[in-house]
Formats: sequence, structure tokens, C-alpha cells
Amino acid sequence: MDDCAADFAEQVREAAAVKTPLRITGGGSKDFYGGPLRGAVLDTRRHAGIVAYDPTELVITARAGTPLTEIEAALAGAGQMLAFEPPHFDEAATLGGVIAAGLSGPRRAAAGSARDFVLGVKMIDGRGELLNFGGQVMKNVAGYDVSRLMAGAMGCLGLLLEVSLKVLPLPAMETTLRLEVPQGRALELLNGWAGRPLPISASCWEDDVLMLRLSGANAAVAAASRQFGGDSVADGAAFWRALREQHAAFFADDTPLWRLSLPSVAAPLDLPGVQLLEWGGSLRWLKSGAAPGRIRAAASRAGGHATLFRGGEEARAEGVFQTLPPPLLALHRQLKRAFDPAGIFNPGRLYREF
Amino acid sequence: MTGEGMTERGATDAIDVSGAIAALRRILPERGLLVSDEELRPYECDGLTAYRQLPLLVALPETEAQVVAVLRLCQEIGLPVVARGAGTGLSGGATPVRQGLVLSLAKFMRILEVDPVARTARVEPGVRNIAISEAAARFGLYYAPDPSSQIACTIGGNIAENSGGVHCLKYGLTVHNVLRLRVALIDGEVIEIGSGALDSPGFDLLALMIGSEGMLGVVLEATVKLTPKPLLARVVMASFGDVVSAGNAVARIIAAGIIPAGLEMMDRAATAAVEAFVHAGYDLSAAAILLAESDGTPEEVAEEIAAMRAVLEAAGAGEVRVSADEAERLKFWAGRKAAFPAVGRITPDYMCMDGTIPRKRVAEMLTRIEELSEEFGLRCANVFHAGDGNLHPLIMFDANVPGETERATGFGARILELSVEMGGTITGEHGVGIEKVRQMCVQFSARELSLFQAVKAAFDPDALLNPGKAVPTPRRCSEYRLTGTPGAH
Repeated sequence: MDDCAADFAEQVREAAAVKTPLRITGGGSKDFYGGPLRGAVLDTRRHAGIVAYDPTELVITARAGTPLTEIEAALAGAGQMLAFEPPHFDEAATLGGVIAAGLSGPRRAAAGSARDFVLGVKMIDGRGELLNFGGQVMKNVAGYDVSRLMAGAMGCLGLLLEVSLKVLPLPAMETTLRLEVPQGRALELLNGWAGRPLPISASCWEDDVLMLRLSGANAAVAAASRQFGGDSVADGAAFWRALREQHAAFFADDTPLWRLSLPSVAAPLDLPGVQLLEWGGSLRWLKSGAAPGRIRAAASRAGGHATLFRGGEEARAEGVFQTLPPPLLALHRQLKRAFDPAGIFNPGRLYREF
Repeated sequence: MTGEGMTERGATDAIDVSGAIAALRRILPERGLLVSDEELRPYECDGLTAYRQLPLLVALPETEAQVVAVLRLCQEIGLPVVARGAGTGLSGGATPVRQGLVLSLAKFMRILEVDPVARTARVEPGVRNIAISEAAARFGLYYAPDPSSQIACTIGGNIAENSGGVHCLKYGLTVHNVLRLRVALIDGEVIEIGSGALDSPGFDLLALMIGSEGMLGVVLEATVKLTPKPLLARVVMASFGDVVSAGNAVARIIAAGIIPAGLEMMDRAATAAVEAFVHAGYDLSAAAILLAESDGTPEEVAEEIAAMRAVLEAAGAGEVRVSADEAERLKFWAGRKAAFPAVGRITPDYMCMDGTIPRKRVAEMLTRIEELSEEFGLRCANVFHAGDGNLHPLIMFDANVPGETERATGFGARILELSVEMGGTITGEHGVGIEKVRQMCVQFSARELSLFQAVKAAFDPDALLNPGKAVPTPRRCSEYRLTGTPGAH
């Protein structure tokens, strides 16, 4: 594939000169996520391919337009993985979109988030300048950590060209257990277990059923699974895949889907609708037609925030992400100006103010 | 050392000093403002003792309101501010500014809350790293990042530097272990970033603040993640006849799908210095020693130790020893943890470098350092966080011998430039500070540096927080490129 960096830089400079918004897009698998899509399409898929991957370095570097499936296949071939288990939502998902959206999957509470695994980026800022931050090594504190800032920035600060990620070995063994417990008890159990050195790599509670995934050395997983009790699940991998991709039955309807990110110890939320919990209680999916204000207030009171993840067309007009307090919003605007003075990258995708 | 780079003048020279003192006295508690040379002396440097500069004043606030009022005043009168924790930093991040104020957070020593169920600790910035683990120990929890200075360094300083330690390949750096910060900006605004949840809306300001070397804000409070203590830890010690095999052994452990809890390497010079100091039982005939730790459940540790032993033997290790009990494990580590003071015993002065390179180039780097050691006529002991590719060459010199300090600086600069050439970085965990601000010009282009300046301006438009550190101006870079690195003699 061609190196499109120079083309992209030219496109950005032209857009900046006339202040035309650019809509950065890869496979479009997360078009549903965030604020409205505006601007002339800048398709990153022309800029694709794995740039460097040496399994003994635990680092993969790939162009932003590289399909996530291609990256995962290369890693699996060497017995490694992206430990944050990013959702694809669609097989067209690209690496750039994965990092810009900053979403992580079932292993997040145990292994870390998308941003935790970012080591470096090559990017184009709103002036059309090619910039490199971070690198391909595990530890790097030279300069501000701009590469991790890109994770979850929804493309509002720059166009990602290349991303270097830390990768980890696949666990020697994984097994899935099923326990029947109500939500309050499940939260108690999950928080208690998380304070002990146990190999839990994912959890999911829905409708009084708690699913646990254990990962690690053979002997450790075997010994731990005896401690939890519960029933062993035959095709655990399929369950976690469906959860990660939101293909599970819970996600299959048109009710607005809210993503509540809370301290894991927050008590069960008393809100209309149905809930599914992940990440040891830190991530709570809520299908509910309740007023956005009520849902956001409940999330705030519990010490977290709420995102209107899918659906709820009317509610979206008020914004998808939880409102920032004024001093934080001011900092966001100043950072936006520092990276993208003409305000061309994905305007409104994160907040309507920029 | 003398000349440019040693000290930076503050952003302004026109400060009404007596007015500033009077205003600060109104804000600060009794004895909370130091003004005489005698009182200021302890603050003239941090762990990078080659750079010394008396500040204009030192403020020791005791409450958040006092910190906020001090910052507001500094912005109003244009007085530069250098925040300081325990002053253990190795890059001069807390080196004072001549016409500036040192803002000591030493009085903020309270552990506000340890929540064993949420596995978090809420602490003030002056709390020592190890004090958090001590407070959490009764719940079977600890704070994972463990820099060698952990008995003295503060969490505020760790956040400023994004400190690592010997366990970060498996447990992460400071940035992976901090959930929430309360930060005062230069205009006195107090913001909260992050939360008790695992993510927050908007840009990841937590990532930006951690490792920002006191240039963006002053940490008032931190909520950190606590990790369950593993049931068991054991360490394998392996000796190698040459550094190339030792370097390859590191890659082979990773290739075998193992992430050791710690993976450290010492060369012969470091081993010799350490053995004389702590008597850890290291093999003095070895060209390099590897320490590889496994932690987890007893079953996990047994499986991993067996796997590592097999890999190390196949990679050509001579002697391979596994710690029999906790006492022996601590003994094996004692040497590694004491490497800096041990080297300090055998030389009047030393400089500690902090480059990080891809693991596969560790052996090549060691060979190059040996050549440079001859070229510059200075000894060098090497201690590595091998699992992370993070090197700590300790360049030995005598500041009282004319020219040696300059040669040591030149030697160090060459190692850092080599790190960048090999695809790495000039600093893995110690920060840029004042020490490596010139090498930033090697690692970053003028465009990248100007973006850093823009980020800085978004938080601190008058550039009053820690001026002259971490991010060089384009002018300094062009001067550096003209004069280059001080050469060998």
C-alpha cells in the first residue's frame, strides 16, 4: 500500500486554509458512536498495513487504516493479542478508529484500556504537520504524553497515521464459569475477588447470572476455578466474543443504550430499564427510555458518567457524552486550539463546543 | 559544569521581591516561607546534584487554599514556580529557578483514605511511595510502581515523572496506576481529572498530566489503584559469560510467552560494585547477570519458574539459581536495588543515564557503551530494566578532576543519542528535567517541540510553571545543533 501521509497532509492544509471540516473515517464501524458526522470525508483505509511487528519486542506498529482483523490475525499467529480486547462492531474496523474511539472490551478491568497500551503515534495536526510522539519502546517519558491523549479523542485533535501498541502473550489457558446471583450480591463478590490475587480476566452479570472468565497459567486457572464453584461453560470463548461485539441478545433492540462508567463499588442503580454489568461492576450497560438528565444525574451521584452509546435519536440532540465542568471544558477548547487551530477535525463529534 | 543549561533565568527579572515576600507571608503559615540563603540551601538541587541553584524563595504551604493563593499571586506578579516533593528526582525536574519560588508539597503527607473494597488509596502529594503500600498492606494490597527511591520519593513527584520501577513490565507505570487527580492550575483554578471509574468523558487529561514534570499544574491529591499482593514471588538468578547471550535470553523469555514480574540485568562492573556492598552472592565471574521474577499463585509461580529456567539454560546461562525462600529472594534483589549507592561507593561521582531501546538491541548497546567508555576514558557500570529495554548506565567520574565532568556529560549525551538512533528514547522513567533538555532536540523536530509548547500554553500561558525544563525552545535547539555534544578529549 502507498504511503498516503503526504496526500493527507496536503488535504488537511487545504481544509485548514478554508476552514472546511474534515470527517476522519476508517471502516465506519463506529459511525453510530459520538456526536453527528460532519465534513468532507477523509478515508484512512488507503493508508494501511503493518509497519513493524517483532513478537519479542511486545510491540506492533501499524498504519491507521489497517483492518483490526489483520492486526489480530498477525498477533494470534505469534501467540499474542491486544489485551484490551477492542470491539470491532463490524469487520471493517480499523486500528485508527479503535484508538480514536478508545473503547476496550471484556478484559479491560484486568489488563488495562486502549490508552494503556498506546506507546506511540505518528499523526498530522490541524496545520498539516507530520508529527511523531512516543515510540516503540515500553517506557518513554520524553515530552508530554501526546500519544495516549489521542486515545478516545474521537479524532478531534489530529489525524492518526500510525499507532504503536504494546501487545501481550495469549493466556496459556482460559475457562468460563457460570454462577446464579442477584446484582447486589454479584457486585459484592466481584469487588471482594478483585482484592485478591485471582486470575479473573472478565466478568459479566445479567439477569441474575454472573459469568466469569479465568485466564493464566494452566495450574493457576485449574486451581482458581475450584474456588469459585459455579458451572463450567463449554463455549466460553463464543460468549465473550458476543459480549465484546455487542452481538449478545441484550444489545439486540432499539431502546436507547447507555454506557455508565462507575466505580466498581457503586450500589446497583435504581433506574428504569434493564442492565448488564461488565468490568467487575465498573461498566454498566443500561437499556432505558428514561430521561437523559435522570440517567446522567444517577451516574454522577455514583461517582461516574453516562454516555448515550446507541439509539435515542431525540436525546442525542442534547449531546452524547456527559457535560464537562466549565474549567475542564475551557481546557478542552484550549487543547483543541493547540492541535487544530482552524477547528477542522471531526467538529462536534465529542462535544458540540469544538 | 558551568554555562548555559545550568540555570535558567525566570520569565521575568522585574519582580518586587520585598512586595512578594510580604504578600506570601500573608498567605502562608508561620515559618512557611524561607528566604535566607541558609534556609534555601537544602533546596538548591534535587537528586541531580551536579546542577545547583538557590531559589529566590521557598514556600511550604499546609492547605489547598494556601497553594491556590500562592499560585494566584505568582501569576499576578509573574513569579516562576517550581513544585517539589522529596527532591529525589534524577533529571533536575525540581532544580530551582534563580528568580523563582520553590513550592514544596512536603507538608501534604496525609493518607486520606484507603478503601480496601474499591482497591484505591486517596493521598496527598507529599506522601511517600512506600507509605501507600505500607498503609494498604493489612488489606493484602499494595501500590505497584516501585521506583528504587520508593522509601523517600513522593507520589506527587512520581506523577510528575510518570515513574516506573522494577515491576512495570507486568504492572505498569504510574500512568497505569493513577485513577484521579485533583490539580491546581497556575491561575488558581482547581480541577478534578479522572474519577473512581475506569474512564472519564472528554480528552484523557490524566495521561497528559502524568509525566508532565510540573509544567502543567500542581497535584493536590491523587487517588491511586491498589493491587492485590501476589501469594508468592520467586526469583531466578542466571549468570552469562557474555552480554550478547544475556541480551538474547531476555528476548527468548518474552518469546516463550512469559511476562516476568521483574526482569533485570547487571553487567560485570555493576555486579562487582554491588557484591562488595551487599554480599548478595552474585557470580563475579559472569559478564552479565539476569534476575527474573515470577509472582502469583504457588501453582502459577512453579509453572513459570520452570519455564524460565528452561529458557535461560537453553540461552546459555552458566549458573542458574532459584530463590528458595522469601529471605533469599530479597537478598537477590537487594543487590539490584542498591546498585546506585553501591556504585556511588567506588567513585567520587557518577551520572545515571535513562535511555530506553528495543530489547533486541540491548547487547549491541552494551558493546557500544564499552567502546564509548574507552573513548571517553571513564568507567561505566550498567544496570538495566531488561524487560522494558530501559538502561541505567552509571558513568563514573571525579568532578574534582578538571575536564572529567564535561567528559562524563559528553559520554552520557552520546548514550542518549544512540538510544534515539536505535529507535528508543532519551528517558524511560527519570524525566527530561534540566538534564536532558538538550537531547530533546535530538528526539523531536521543531514542529513537535512547538506542539509541546502549545500544549503547555493551554495550561500555563505565561510559562511560569517549572520554566526551562523538559521542553526546549526552538532557539535552544538551534544553538545545540550548532555546538553539538561536548566531545571526547
